[in-house]
Amino acid sequence: MSSLILIEHHDGRVSPACARVVAAARKIGAPIEALVAGYRVDEVAAQAARLDGVSRVLVADDARYADQLAEPLATLLAAHAKRYGYLLAAASTFGKDVLPRAAALAGVGQISEVIEVVDPATFKRPIHAGALVATVRSDAPLKVLSIRATAFESVGEQAPAPIETVEAQGEALGARFVESHREASERPELTAARVVVSGGRGLGSKQNFSLLEGVAGKLDAAIGASRAAVDAGYVPNELQVGQTGKIVAPDLYIAVGISGAMQHLAGMQGAKVIVAINRDEEAPIFQVADYGLVGDLFELLPELERKL
Amino acid sequence: MKIVVPIKRVIDHNVRVRPTADGTGVDSASVKMAINPFCEIALEEAVRLKERGLASEVLVVTIGTAAAQEQLRGALAVGADRALLIETERALEPLAVARTLARIVEEERPGLALLGKQAIDSDDNQVGQMLAALLGWPQATFASALELEGAKARVTREVDGGMVTLELALPAVVTADLRLNEPRYARLPDIMKAKKKPIERRALEEMALDLPAQTEVLAVETPTPRQRGVILDSVDALIDKLRNVEKVIP
Ligand SMILES: Cc1cc2nc3c(=O)[nH]c(=O)nc-3n(C[C@H](O)[C@H](O)[C@H](O)COP(=O)(O)OP(=O)(O)OC[C@H]3O[C@@H](n4cnc5c(N)ncnc54)[C@H](O)[C@@H]3O)c2cc1C
Repeated sequence: MSSLILIEHHDGRVSPACARVVAAARKIGAPIEALVAGYRVDEVAAQAARLDGVSRVLVADDARYADQLAEPLATLLAAHAKRYGYLLAAASTFGKDVLPRAAALAGVGQISEVIEVVDPATFKRPIHAGALVATVRSDAPLKVLSIRATAFESVGEQAPAPIETVEAQGEALGARFVESHREASERPELTAARVVVSGGRGLGSKQNFSLLEGVAGKLDAAIGASRAAVDAGYVPNELQVGQTGKIVAPDLYIAVGISGAMQHLAGMQGAKVIVAINRDEEAPIFQVADYGLVGDLFELLPELERKL
Repeated sequence: MKIVVPIKRVIDHNVRVRPTADGTGVDSASVKMAINPFCEIALEEAVRLKERGLASEVLVVTIGTAAAQEQLRGALAVGADRALLIETERALEPLAVARTLARIVEEERPGLALLGKQAIDSDDNQVGQMLAALLGWPQATFASALELEGAKARVTREVDGGMVTLELALPAVVTADLRLNEPRYARLPDIMKAKKKPIERRALEEMALDLPAQTEVLAVETPTPRQRGVILDSVDALIDKLRNVEKVIP
C-alpha cells in the first residue's frame, strides 16, 4: 500500500516542510506519491516531482483550490485515499486544517504530530505539550499521519518523477476566502531558520524588541517570541514559539527574557544549542539551556550585538 | 440561534504530568483537573455572543465519566444555559468523539458548533475538523476573531504565515485559538446558582453509535531530559563557546 503526501504550497513554491514529510514517508517504506491541489500549479508540481523518493505526482488544478480551503481539499483527498495505505501532511496550520477533515471523510482516525516512525504501524508523538511521548499503534486500513516536520531531516532532489492530472472534486460548502494578511519580514522564516533569537515578556515593550533585531541581524537569525510577548502586543502572533505556536529546531536558539514555561519549551526543545539570557537565575529556562547568562538583558543584548 | 460548545476535562495545564507506573498511560490519579483552556475560550465566545443578543442558547456538552460534571458546572457558572454529559468509561479517540458530537448536533440543530482548537492533554487538534466533515459543514480553525452577520460568520484565522479571513455560511464549525478572547472567572453567586442547575445525562452506550477503536497506546514515557548546561560569566565566554566549541556561529 502506497503513501500519499498532500503537498503544501504558497506563492507557487512547495513548502520546505514537504521535503521532511517525504523523509518520514521514506521511513515507512511504502512507495510514495504526492498530491498537488491548487490553481495554476505547474511549477509546484514540477518541484514536488523532484523531491527524492516521490514516484508519481498527482495534480488537481482547478480554481476551487485557489484559496486552499479545507472543504474541497479534504473531499479530494478522501476520494483518493481509498487507494493508499497512508495519507501524510505536515503538521502546519495548513495540514492541521485539512488532514483531520479528510480522515473523518475516509472514516479513519488521525495520528497527529508524528516525531518518529517505529515501524509501519507504530509511531511516536508528543502529548501534554511534549512533557510525555506516546508510542501508538494503528490498526486502521488507512493511516492518516500529520508529521512534525522539524523531527525529520529534509530529503534531497532527484530526477523528476512522472506527473499526472487528476479530476478536480469537492465543494466549498459555504466557505469563502475573504482576505489574508501576511507580515512582510526580511528575516528568515522561523521554522526553517538556522538560528532563532526569541524574546519574552522581559523585553517589556514593542520598541525594545528591536534590541533583538540587532543580534538577529548579525546572525542571520529569525525572530521568535513567547506567548506572553505576543499577548502583550510586542510582536505579531505568527512569531509565537511553543505548544500552540510554532515548533522550531534550529542549530542555535537564544531565549531572551523568557522564563521557560513548559508550553514554550514544547516549541524549542529540539534546538541543538540553547542559550538563555535572564536576570532570574532560578528561571526554569536555565534547566534546558546549554549556556546561560544571568543578568539584565538591556545590558547583555547590546554588548552581544557589539561583540558579534 | 443555538450554539453548541463541546468541552473536555483535562489535567490542569500547571500540573507536571507523569506516566503511570506500568508506562502505558498518563497518571491522572489525584491531580488537579480543569476545563481544557481552548474549550474555555470557545465557551467564553459563545456566552459573549449570547450576551450581545446574537445567540439564544448555549449548550455545553462533554463526553466522559461522571466526574466531568464538575467541568459542566463550571461552564454553567460562566453562562452556559444547558449542560449535557454523555457518560462513558471509555477513553474515546477523536473520530469517536466527533461522531458522538455529530449525533448531538443533528438532534439539537445549532447554528454554530464552537470548539477549542486542541485539547492540551492529547494535543491532537482534530475534533472540530472531523465534526465539520461528518456534518458536511464549512469550518474555520484557529479563530482569533469571530463576527456573526445574519446567516454568515466572518472568522479571522491564525495561520503560519499570518492571518486569513473567511466567511462561512451557517451552520458552521469554528475552533478557537488563544487570542479569541480572555475567559472570565465565575462569580461566587453564579457558582452557587450553577450548583442547582440540572445536568442532562445520557449513557454513550445507549446512543447506538459505531465507535471502533483504531489506535492503541503501547507506551507513554518521559522524554530524555536535556542536560542542564553551564552558566557563563560573560558575553565573551558565550561567544567563545558558540564559535569555537559548538561551531554554530561564524
Ligand atoms: C493552553 C496554553 C498554551 C500556551 N501556549 C504557549 C506557547 O505556544 N508559547 C509560549 O511561549 N507560551 C505559551 N503559553 C504560556 C506559557 O505558559 C507562559 O505563560 C509564557 O510562555 C510566559 O512567557 P514569558 O516567558 O515571556 O513571560 P514570563 O513568564 O513573564 O517571563 C519573563 C521572564 O523575563 C525575565 N526578565 C524580565 N526582565 C528582564 C530583564 N531586564 N533582563 C533579563 N531578564 C528579564 C524574567 O526573569 C522572567 O523569567 C501557553 C499557556 C497555556 C495555558
